[in-house]
Amino acid sequence: MWRYLLPVGLFAALVAFFFIGIDRDKETLPSPLIGKPAPQFELTAVHDPDKKVASSTYAGKPYVLNVWATWCVACRQEHKTLLEIASRKEVPIVGLDWKDDRALAQQWLQQLGNPYAETAFDDEGRVAIDWGVYGAPETFLIGADGKVLFKHIAPMTMEVWEREFLPRINGPVADKRAVTGARTE
Amino acid sequence: MIVELGHFALILALCLTLAQAFFGLGGAATRRPHWIAVTRRAVAGQFVMTACAFASLAYAFYSNDFSVLYVAQNSNSQLPTFYRFAAVWGAHEGSLLLWLLVLSVWTLAVTAFSRNQPEIMISRVLGVLGVISVGFALFILLTSSPFERLWPAAQDGRDLNPLLQDPALAIHPPILYTGYVGFSVAFAFAVAAMLEGKLESVWARWVRPWATMAWLFLTVGIALGSWWAYYELGWGGWWFWDSVENASFMPWLIGTALIHSLAVTEKRGLFKSWTLLLSISAFSLSMLGTFMVRSGIIESVHAFASDPSRGLFILIFMGICVGTALALYAWRAPNFRSNVGFAVVSRESFLLMNNILLVAATALILLGTLYPVFLDALKLDKISVGAPWFAATFLIPILPMVFLMVPGMHAEWKHASFGRTKNLLLGVAGAAVVLSLLLALGVYQWHSVLTMVGFIAAFAVALSALIEPVTRLRNGHSLSASIVGMSVAHFGLAVFILGVTTVESYHLETDLSLKPGSSAQLGAYELKMNSLRNVAGPNYEAVESEVAITRAGKEVAVLHPQKRTYRVQTNPMTEAGIDAGWGRDLFVAMGDPLGDGSWSMRLQYKPLVRFIWLGALIIALGGGISVTDRRYRQRVTAEAPAKAAAESI
Repeated sequence: MWRYLLPVGLFAALVAFFFIGIDRDKETLPSPLIGKPAPQFELTAVHDPDKKVASSTYAGKPYVLNVWATWCVACRQEHKTLLEIASRKEVPIVGLDWKDDRALAQQWLQQLGNPYAETAFDDEGRVAIDWGVYGAPETFLIGADGKVLFKHIAPMTMEVWEREFLPRINGPVADKRAVTGARTE
Repeated sequence: MIVELGHFALILALCLTLAQAFFGLGGAATRRPHWIAVTRRAVAGQFVMTACAFASLAYAFYSNDFSVLYVAQNSNSQLPTFYRFAAVWGAHEGSLLLWLLVLSVWTLAVTAFSRNQPEIMISRVLGVLGVISVGFALFILLTSSPFERLWPAAQDGRDLNPLLQDPALAIHPPILYTGYVGFSVAFAFAVAAMLEGKLESVWARWVRPWATMAWLFLTVGIALGSWWAYYELGWGGWWFWDSVENASFMPWLIGTALIHSLAVTEKRGLFKSWTLLLSISAFSLSMLGTFMVRSGIIESVHAFASDPSRGLFILIFMGICVGTALALYAWRAPNFRSNVGFAVVSRESFLLMNNILLVAATALILLGTLYPVFLDALKLDKISVGAPWFAATFLIPILPMVFLMVPGMHAEWKHASFGRTKNLLLGVAGAAVVLSLLLALGVYQWHSVLTMVGFIAAFAVALSALIEPVTRLRNGHSLSASIVGMSVAHFGLAVFILGVTTVESYHLETDLSLKPGSSAQLGAYELKMNSLRNVAGPNYEAVESEVAITRAGKEVAVLHPQKRTYRVQTNPMTEAGIDAGWGRDLFVAMGDPLGDGSWSMRLQYKPLVRFIWLGALIIALGGGISVTDRRYRQRVTAEAPAKAAAESI
């Protein structure tokens, strides 16, 4: 008898989930890393398997880590914005090419332009796990003290860059929200 | 004025759908013939009124009435007339009106083709369809009216989204909606049967043509969407596992399970409650798709008009419709148990496996699509599940299903011995392996085991589908349209598998920079950019390159890919240059200018890519053939379904 009730039960659970999910802020960023030291990494470069890309290179200065992949549609969408940001030379952008194909990634950068100071190749996704990456694209801001200041999920836009990233790069962390880094609303 | 009349017509349509729901369900419950008669009139009336509302909006587009907000947002005086008409469903409000119009056409069709069926039953079906119509008419009038005025009127419109200015995409939504909405008929029949508490085999015969028609429209609609994405998005892919694509694919998979399960219910009186559940699920997934696209609960390239308040309305409405149907199911389904049995090896078993595997595939896609929503609701994290996950997990249930089709088509009902067909099937398997080896080694080169598996599946299904009607004729049976349709559809699936396997295994792709005079190599082909020039269309400007393709010195084609900039919306659009052929497509798309006169270009070689859409069309054709079967038209009584079904699957 109970098995005939199963469909309606499952459906009720589904509707409940939708009900909660429907007006949740899409850009809420529950990252446990905010305010903590950024995970260290050393990986090969996308362009050259013999070259290393390491987080230690950027110790003592702020930088941006952008997680992308050629299979990620939204990454294609944000790419122009990244090029624009890179052209301003405010802060280096380090790419983390996640679970990708090296040849395709090289083609991508050649075709669409390369906004990255360096691009690390994380084909197994090990570094991404350390960073708590769940999807692409994600963009982290790391401060001069080596701590994660901010994390943005979803494609980067100039608006987000100017509202959330720039104030945190320029000058000390005055904004309380920056420490908790809770919302981009 | 015309638009106000349209608005008024829609309000009248809402009143008439209320009457249809009330008199349809009430008439059946109280068995009052004049109430039932009123229901049919209400259906005709609400169809006319919905059509008037739709026509008035279409006229506003045709006459460039930019005092209508929706027209101003989605059209432009420079937009060609054809696209001005297609722009009616170019955004949220108008596409919902189209939804409602399609629903009223299906409802009208039910009244027209059900003269031989029990009045009470049809009255209930129309009543249920009326409830659905009420919901959508209210949805339009309360949250998404396309009849709002804009004052002062705009000088000119903001133009139709350039992505949608394309012939295939202009007809894609109506066809897809016809499929989506068509499952409402099977849904209504299921609810009617549960309300009545009685379900005989003949019920399945009434539902089968409706389910098959809806399914075939959905097949064509999805294929059109895939074809459009291939040449218009400029990436050369044919399926992206985007959440909106998944939203249309899930009802298709369940619809496929449904038409197979209906065969068992009609022929053997088995799987009754299962068939009911699939009927409910197919339409529920259509509604879920609408909800997901319209609410913006899932981020997608398709979600151009998302708004949480609209999402909430659909969620509540979906909760009422589907929740009621499933509660009714929990209450009534135990009555529909059948006491006939079947052997472990029998056609019933094969169809059961088909159903289980299709439902498993749907569940996996649903899980992947909704996983981010679940995690979000549980306040864990936001994630997105990518195409590689879907592509890998989808094969797990689908590959066994395809291989089970091969013997399944030849299995007998009740108890299959495979005595006479055993050698035949071994022959099919052998021939499939030989043909696959010939194709993989002779025409192309060795790629992988999975490629071989794909080829063998395609050839085995194709041969099996071709041989089945032949053996039937040889054994002295006649061929019904159902049988021919089944074979054609299965053959279409084989064509599709062949296309997918080949293009996924052997496609070549390269991105590089080209300037006039320079050339590139792609497999055996040499591509040379001859020139670049500026061209102007009715509402866009474009840079067009001329790319000449040669193979071993012989000219193959001259392509003219474009990079368009639409004047009003100013977003760049890629018009790929494609040299289409049965054996392969050559695909050239322009990327971005790189300064110094050169452009980034994407060059692709796509072997047998046309087979993907050709296969889908053959599948739909098979569905079309099977609904012409004579037994769907003859007057049938509830007691004697056996003879008519005897020749059928």
